[in-house]
Amino acid sequence: MKPVPFDYYRPDTLEETLPLLAEFGEDALILSGGLSLGAMLNMRVARPQIVIDINRIGGLAGIEREDKWIKIGAMVRQEKLARSVDCWEVVPLLVKGLKNVGHYQTRSRGTVGGSIAHADPSAEMPLCLLTIGGEVELSSVHGVRQVPAKEFFLGALETSCREDEMVTAIYCSLQAVGTGTAFEEICERKGDFAIVSAAAWARREGEKLNIGLGLGGVEDKPVAIEVKNLRSSCEFLPSEIDDFVHSLNPLQDRRASEQYRRQLAIYLSQKVIKSAVGRCHSEAY
Amino acid sequence: MRHIEKSQRVCITCTVNGVKRHGYAETRTLLSDFLRHELNLYGTHVGCEHGVCGACTILFDGSVARSCSTLAVQAEGLEITTIEGLAEDSALDGLREAFSRFGALQCGFCTPGILSSVSHFLSNHPSPTEEDVKDMLSGHLCRCTGYTGMVRAIMQFTETNQPKDSK
Repeated sequence: MKPVPFDYYRPDTLEETLPLLAEFGEDALILSGGLSLGAMLNMRVARPQIVIDINRIGGLAGIEREDKWIKIGAMVRQEKLARSVDCWEVVPLLVKGLKNVGHYQTRSRGTVGGSIAHADPSAEMPLCLLTIGGEVELSSVHGVRQVPAKEFFLGALETSCREDEMVTAIYCSLQAVGTGTAFEEICERKGDFAIVSAAAWARREGEKLNIGLGLGGVEDKPVAIEVKNLRSSCEFLPSEIDDFVHSLNPLQDRRASEQYRRQLAIYLSQKVIKSAVGRCHSEAY
Repeated sequence: MRHIEKSQRVCITCTVNGVKRHGYAETRTLLSDFLRHELNLYGTHVGCEHGVCGACTILFDGSVARSCSTLAVQAEGLEITTIEGLAEDSALDGLREAFSRFGALQCGFCTPGILSSVSHFLSNHPSPTEEDVKDMLSGHLCRCTGYTGMVRAIMQFTETNQPKDSK
């Protein structure tokens, strides 16, 4: 239970970090909160040549709120985000999901960017970012690009982040007035990886209802759907969403069968959509 | 930028329990092992070594951290508080007394980590609800007590030791 030997770099700025990634590529792993990487190093699932510790890069730990969007730096600790009044106001779904990430002790060190970059299929942050249609900022020596969450998460621990790139921030649009959100998950024990997690938002525009639903832990990456111009009051699943949930190919492992995951996906989808619709007006900021 | 090669064994200086300490570490040395074997601070216990059980929890650079999932080299120049430091914190006398009275520990293996978490938690949440306390304790494994005693001890401590206007 000890890591393999590796070279350790601790840059002080992003300008020092990016050339290291360009030079070492896949031989290097980035250490932020260390909650996932630490365990992977100890169990030797990860055997890097190089570890780049980005904990002392000050510029990555800020939260900036603009008129239309909010930018959350990759090194913002999860606990800080959970307690940010700004984030609770404008991206409440992200904060609701975050409260289910690990434990008090892991959120204290765990970072937003780390959770996004690690891309665990059942992780809450990737699911919420995907559901609200957020974007991931990737930086390299060649420049900065923003990738929509739905193009970023490719599979279990797989993302479209290139070897010479790193996640430096996430961007989310500010939640529109009249939107309600909800997050639910089922795990074996509190703080464990969820067997299935579900996130939803619902927005009324006149008589019409728009709904977004995201599911984590069902497939090897989070999945989401958005349905517009619904009429019903959504006591049950709208048919588009019902079809979507039934079209998924749930994972099967020692914790849950394919059938059980599908059952949970349906149950949790109904639950979060009902809650989100019910909060359409009360959650207006 | 700090660079340490894999073959190097370097001197790490950090402030532990208010005292500047130094010891030697390789890049792959875990902070938990560094505290125990270099600084002889055996109060930090090592359980699962992958961040799940919480036995190795310490206060690190203002946050509460799993020392088994932290590298010793990360601690260079930073502040650490272990259970040995908390043991001298008289503000926690009441908490220790409550742990004893409510049977919040038996074998004691998990206790140093739990007390580290509790001290950090109470500095952020001086008047927690029982739900908050349970949520915080979910980050620790205890195989003796069933946690009920801990919840009671923490609730009793916060109710009797906090000024009323802090709510």
